[in-house]
Order: sequence, then C-alpha cells, then structure tokens
Amino acid sequence: MAVRYPEQSGAGSLHNKYLTNIRTIPGKYPDFKGLLMDFLSKNLPYFLAGVSVGGQYALIAIGYTMVYGILRLINFAHGDIFMVAGLVTIYASTVMPLYLSIPLTILVTVILGMMIERVAYKPLRNSPRMSVMISAIGVSYLLQNLALYITGGLAQVYPTIPFISNTVTIGSATTKVVTILTPILMIVLVVLLIQLINHTKIGMAMRSVSTDFETSRLMGINVNRVISMTFIIGSFLAAVGSILYFTNYPSVIPTSGGMPGLKAFVAAVFGGIGSIPGAVIGAMLIGIVENLIKGAGWTTFSDAFTFVLLIVVLLFKPTGLFGEAATDKV
Amino acid sequence: MTKKKDLIFSLILLAAAIVLVAVLDRTLPQTGIVMTVLKKGCIYSLVAVSMNLLNGFTGLFSLGQAGFMLIGGYTYAILTIPVADRASVYQYFDGGIVQFSIPFWAGLICAGLVSAALAWLIGLPVLRLKSDYLAIATLGFAEIMRAFFQWDTLGPLTNGSNMLRKYPSFSTLMFPFIVAAICIALIVMLINSSFGRAFKAIRDDEVAAEAMGINLAHHKRMSFCISSFFAGVGGALLAMYQTTIQAQAFKSNMTYEILLIVVIGGLGSVTGSVLATFLFYAASEWWLRFLDSPMMIGDWQVPLLRSGFRKVVFSVVIMVIVLFARQGIMGDHEFSLSGLIKLFRRKGKGASANEQV
Amino acid sequence: MSKSDANVLRLEHITMQFGGVVAVNDFSMEVNQGEIVALIGPNGAGKTTAFNVITGVYEPTNGIVYFNGTPIVENHPRGKMKKLYEGDRALVYDKVISKTPDRITKLGIARTFQNIRLFKKMTVFENVLIARHLRSRANFLAATLHLNAAEERANREKTLELLKLVGLEENRDDLATSLPYGKQRRLEIARALATEPKLLLLDEPAAGMNPQETLELAGFIREIKDRFGLTIFVIEHHMDLVMEISDRIYVLDFGRMIASGTPVEIQNNQHVIDAYLGVQEG
Repeated sequence: MAVRYPEQSGAGSLHNKYLTNIRTIPGKYPDFKGLLMDFLSKNLPYFLAGVSVGGQYALIAIGYTMVYGILRLINFAHGDIFMVAGLVTIYASTVMPLYLSIPLTILVTVILGMMIERVAYKPLRNSPRMSVMISAIGVSYLLQNLALYITGGLAQVYPTIPFISNTVTIGSATTKVVTILTPILMIVLVVLLIQLINHTKIGMAMRSVSTDFETSRLMGINVNRVISMTFIIGSFLAAVGSILYFTNYPSVIPTSGGMPGLKAFVAAVFGGIGSIPGAVIGAMLIGIVENLIKGAGWTTFSDAFTFVLLIVVLLFKPTGLFGEAATDKV
Repeated sequence: MTKKKDLIFSLILLAAAIVLVAVLDRTLPQTGIVMTVLKKGCIYSLVAVSMNLLNGFTGLFSLGQAGFMLIGGYTYAILTIPVADRASVYQYFDGGIVQFSIPFWAGLICAGLVSAALAWLIGLPVLRLKSDYLAIATLGFAEIMRAFFQWDTLGPLTNGSNMLRKYPSFSTLMFPFIVAAICIALIVMLINSSFGRAFKAIRDDEVAAEAMGINLAHHKRMSFCISSFFAGVGGALLAMYQTTIQAQAFKSNMTYEILLIVVIGGLGSVTGSVLATFLFYAASEWWLRFLDSPMMIGDWQVPLLRSGFRKVVFSVVIMVIVLFARQGIMGDHEFSLSGLIKLFRRKGKGASANEQV
Repeated sequence: MSKSDANVLRLEHITMQFGGVVAVNDFSMEVNQGEIVALIGPNGAGKTTAFNVITGVYEPTNGIVYFNGTPIVENHPRGKMKKLYEGDRALVYDKVISKTPDRITKLGIARTFQNIRLFKKMTVFENVLIARHLRSRANFLAATLHLNAAEERANREKTLELLKLVGLEENRDDLATSLPYGKQRRLEIARALATEPKLLLLDEPAAGMNPQETLELAGFIREIKDRFGLTIFVIEHHMDLVMEISDRIYVLDFGRMIASGTPVEIQNNQHVIDAYLGVQEG
C-alpha cells in the first residue's frame, strides 16, 4: 500500500537542502523558535497530509468508538466496510455520473453496515464477547474474499473526483483540495453528530444504551433500533471517509481497508473508546505523527508507530484520554 | 481404566498414521495437491493447536500468532542458511552479519526459543490487558514485527524486505508430520498436567483461580510463551515448506485464518483443531478448487464460477459455522475411544444426535 | 488484645472507600486460633468487602491485616484520599503491603464465594484437583513430561478424600455446574479445603438452603474445623446457623462495626436489633 504524494515529497526534499543544519545563536541557547519554524516549514507538506489523513481516520474511528460504546464489540469488519465503499464508488462511477454515484456509495455502505449487524452480530447478542468478535473477524474475512472475487484480484483504479482532486498551493506546499477539505468536512460532521447525540430522542436513547444496556431495555428503549442507528451513522461516516481517503490513492485493493481500519481503531482506543471527541483527537494525532515519520524517512515504521502508541497507551492509561474506568465486581 | 484404553487407542491411531504417511510418501507425487494439503495440514495443525492452548484453554484472546510464526520462520532461516550460500542470499548486504550456520534441528528449537523469549518480553506489558484490548495489542505487535523484519537497517540480519532462501528444507511428508506430532503431543501432555488445569481454571474464572492460589500473571505468561514457542516452530516448518520466506506475507489475515480454524474445530479441543485444519486446507485447496474455474454443463455456462469464488463460498461456510454451530466440530471435547463408544451407545438408545463425541 | 500474634487473623482500622462510598469504615477485629467467628449485618453492610480486603482482592484505603502475626495487607490513604483522612487516623500506617490473592491463599487463607464461583467447564473432581496446584512442586517441564507422577497421585487421592468428606464422590465426573445448589456450595468448601488452609473464610455458605440443610451444614462446619484444625470466619444471614456455631459475632452496619460479642450478647444488643429492624437511632 504505497502512499503517493509526489508533489509533497518533492516540496519536502527542496527544503531539506538548506534547512538541515541546526541553527544556534552564537554563545546562547539553541534558537528554539527558529528550530520550530524550520521544522514546520520543512515538514509542512507532511503536516498537511497528516491533518488530512487524520481527518479521514477520524471519520472511520467514530464508527468503531460508537459501536464499542454500545455493544462492547471491536467491529473488525468496519475497515472492510470502508474498503467496500471505495469499490462501490469505482464501479458506480463507471456507469453513472459522480453526482449519482457518490450518494449511491453512501447508501450502499449504510445498508451493508446495517445488514452485517443484523446477520452477524444480532444473533449473538447474548453470547460471550469473544464469539461476537470472532463473528466480526469472519465478516472481515468474507468481505475481503468477496472483494477479491469481484475485482478478480486486480487493483481497481479510483476515479478522479473533480474539484477535490484539484491542486492548491499553501505556503511552501502544493496539495490537493481534499487535504484542506477533509478536516473541515470532518469537523462539520462531528459537530452535527454531537448535536444529534445530545439533542434528539434517538441520541438520548444512544447515550442511555451505552451507559447501561440492560436497564435501557427495561426502560422500554428499542435497543435494536438504537444499534441499527449506530451502524448507520458509523457506515455513513466510513463512506464519506472512504471518498476522501481514496482520492489520494491511485487504486483500491481488497486489503485496502485493513490498515486504515486498524489505525482508526487505535485512534479510538487512544481517545478513550466510547468518546467521540477522543476518537477525533486520537485520529488527528496518529495521522500527523505518521506523516511526520514518513517525512523523516522512516516510512517502514510509520505503520508500526501506531501500534507502539497503542501498547504504550494501554499500559499507562488503559481507558484512553477521555475513557471511563470500569470495575469488576467480585 | 478408560484412560488407559484411550491412550492405547491413540497410540494405535498414531502408529497407523505413521505407516500411512510412509506409504503416501512413496506413492504420491510430492508436489501434488493431496501432498500440499497434508503438509500444510501438519504445519498449520501445530499452529492452530498452539493458538488453541492460548485462546481455548487459557482464555487469552490473542491475535499475535502470525507475528510469532514470522519470528520463528526468520530465526530458523537466518541461523541455518549454509555459510557458502550467504553471499548470494544477502547480496545487497555483503553476505550478512551471521557467518555461521547450525543444523536444521537446532534451528527448529532456536525458532521456538526466540519466539518464546519475545513473547515473554511483550507479555510483560500486554498480558495485563483484558480480552479485546489484548487481542488488538497482540495484533499490533504482529504488525510491528512485520515492519521490523523488513527494516533496511536490520538488513545484514534479516535481508530487509528481500526474501530469505537456500536454507535446509524438507521434501517428504514424514518430516512435518513427525515434528508436528511431537509438538502436539507435548502440548496435550501439558494440558493434562497440573499446569494445564491451572490454565483452564483461569479461563473459567480468573477471580476463583486466583483465590485457589494460582498466580495469574505467572501462568498467563507461561501459556503465552509456550504457545509462542510452538507457533515459532510452526513458522519454521512453514519456512521450510515454502523454501523461501518473506516478512511481507505474515499479515493479520494469516492469524484470522488460524483463529477461524480453531473456532471451527472447537475452542478447547486439540483434536478439533487438528481435524479442522485438515478439513480447512482440504476444502480450500482441493475440494472447492472446481469453484475457481468456469464450468460448462452442455451449452449452459454455470454462473459465478471463476477465480476467487472458492474463497467466497468458503468464507460463507465459515460464517455459517461461526453463527449456527458455535461449538465447532468438537466443542471442548476430545476425540477418543471412550467418546466414540459413548456416542454409539447414545445413538443406539435413540438419544439426541447433537451430543458431542 | 494488644498482642497481634495471639490471633490467627487481626484487622486494624480497615477502611475501604470506593469513590464517595465508604463500604467499610474503620473496622477492627480479630479471630483467635480454633474459633468460629461470624460477621453479620444487613445487606450492603460491607461484609463481603471485608473478605475481599482480607484475601487481597481489594486494596484497602487505610488499615492493616495481620495473619498469624505477620502483616499481609497494609495501606494508608494516598493522593486524593489523603485529604479526607486528615487527623488522628491519617498517618498511622506508613507502609504499603499488597499481596495478590494467590499469595495470600498460599499463606493459608482459603475462601468461598457468595455468588458461587466454580470452574464451569470442569468436572467436580477437577474443580477440587485444581486447588492442589499451588502445593505441587514440579515445574512445568517436569509436569508436562509426567515426571511428578507420585505427587500427582497423592493429589488425586487427597481430592477423592475431600470429595468423600463432602459427600460428592459419586458426582466426581459430573460438570460442576450441573450440581444442585446445595452441592455446589459443598463443592466450593471442598475446593477451599484442598488448598490446605489454616483459616477458612465462608461467604454465606447457607444461602439458598432449607432449614434441614442448614442444620446439616452447621454440623459439617464443626466437623471440618475439628478435623483439619481450622479457624473459621463466616459471613451468614441465617441467624439460626450463626447462633448455633459461632463463638463470637461481629455486626456491621453501613460499613461500621456496631456490636461484637457472644451470640447471647448480640441477641440482646439494642443497636443490632435497631439495625436489623431499621429503627432510626436516636
């Protein structure tokens, strides 16, 4: 899964030439401000890419965090739903114009997400958590094999979406519109989502179910409807995320969803699973740091970093930044 | 009394299997489809049983198996490539830094030991985590390993992202069969010992196990290391079978496949895991092969049949098992003589056929 | 009273606070060698919490627990808690001793659970055999290669003996969870005895039993006490049983000890009567 930012790496190396040596004011401390400016201007393309990728991870991470908050389930298939959304866009755009294929992508993804919940998770509602997780892994396996069959194992070329694929120049960096659009769109969607959760009836039901599943059921909340709604929202955001994400890549393959999915999950854990602002902050952090690591020439470790972060977070603050502690009763 | 009979029955089965393997080795082409299934079956049986020790018997939901196989496979390859061949294998790294080689059997043991040692290290932090967090942390660990072994700076040791080859491998079925059989026998003996019972106690109820004087941290780490030891040996066998090894291939999907095998066989059943492994590879590599090629019945072309369809059908079957036959083939029971007799007696009485062996 | 080594178990100023809830509040008590001591109190009085502190499941907020004269649990308020405990009780204990439950069991304290916690997927025999694991000396290699056959045989014999004692020998190959309730309680006791304890903590052993079974249980508790030279500390709601078997009784209400003494004294104690009948204290 090679990342393609030709224009950005070019800009980065241009700056490398004259900004590599550390500047110090003679006889004084190192010039921290200068160093910081150097660092920023040198890494601006990577930083921008990071903010953008971070925004895309955030859109996926919200799906993980909401499902976990309500079902206590790591939805291993979520990354693959994201991949399927990419494929749907590709196939739809070959037969219809983009203004139809994009809404269709979102619709199909939402239906897929809902169906997975109905077929693979709902029958296991009273089973041990391990069974549901295994079922999620099974769904992930199925979706990947299905994608492999449909694509015939060939990488499918992602369509160029006008406007968001255009290039813009910001400071020293040249980048696509999508890089700027992603964080803005993400924040708008998150604000809308938080409004939904805090100020609507279904939002209240969602908060109630995530606090106490059984009691909510006793209180007459239609738990199945709440769960369906959670999967609808999660899949919707994943579909939007997929359009933004794959615009930066030449093609989609059946395993395209794996890595972004895992990273988004780590972001959700980092932010404290169940917390939406936490997921967003975690995702932005992972996106930015990962791209800065790439900028430093350690591309091999840009993926590994995410998991080091995960293990460190789980050790020192297992509940994440904004998570709540749970206790076992003896 | 039945224990003794069961043991004798198992030994007879084992002896029969050895004879069968010897006959097959002489009669079947070594690269034929049946041999591929049987060899893969032996290798992955070992890995599946090692994963079952952790997930089924100790109740630790770990997804690091591919990572430990990777470590085992690389350890074996790095240590056993003949000195004379190192220059050509490590062509981009001046022949590498390891300038000795050890015999294959020592390589297999080292593969297990290095794997277990890394498991011990990673276990210190991650084994404190609960169910799904442990799963994701071990999955992450496997991904880190995959990146680490492809790192160019480690090239003189791991050959970077290039493949390792020219190490000793096997050509007969007997070799993987014997190694896997010995390892699985050791795991079974462990499970039947006092320590195995302690693992099961942790799986059933951590609080009660601790109250019965079982040191949770110690026993979890032990199970994790032993499981990784055998996953490492399994990885080494896989490397031998493939004759080349590349870190790139040890993706999380590999772990998922092994996990699904374990689930199909039944969490907590060694014989179930072994049986499921052979069924899994026979189905995916052999019986369902026909689904991958277009077929004509008369003038009518059977729809859907083309490359990749086999895997789709296969994953649907797996989903059906996961959803509707949650106990797997064996549940948490073992295949044994007394079990068989019980089953037949029950059937004779016309009792429900759902009872497990 | 001041000599801590005369007691098998001794709690001093144990306080257990969860967030804003004080489950056990400044509780001190002792159990002497060979005694049967009961801990009673209304639901939610903090009895099981006290057990969990003794067995190392919870780390108390403050206080110390001695077992045979050696401290096994010790803690003092730290961090945010420190402010809440300023004053006379604040800095009595300066050390932190926190042993995991398995180490406390190894020292000789065994327990049963209020909500039965048997190993669900194991047979009756295996459930008891598990508890012998902590006394076995073989390492995992020796155990795997079955080099500890003598030890294993001894453990199996001991297990069988215990099953006979609790009258479960014909159930030995049944799944633990398939047993009726009363038998499950007895199995839990057998399992606890298999760890070779000096002190046995029973958490509501008669819960769910009818009067006849309760009576039998009283005899059984005395029998195992004499046979294994045990000291027994029991939480119980059945007053008949408590009055029948205990040498002394402690009463907890809302985490505080409101009375202690012999069964007769407790029966006539006005505080206890009020606590149980829910009368407001004047």
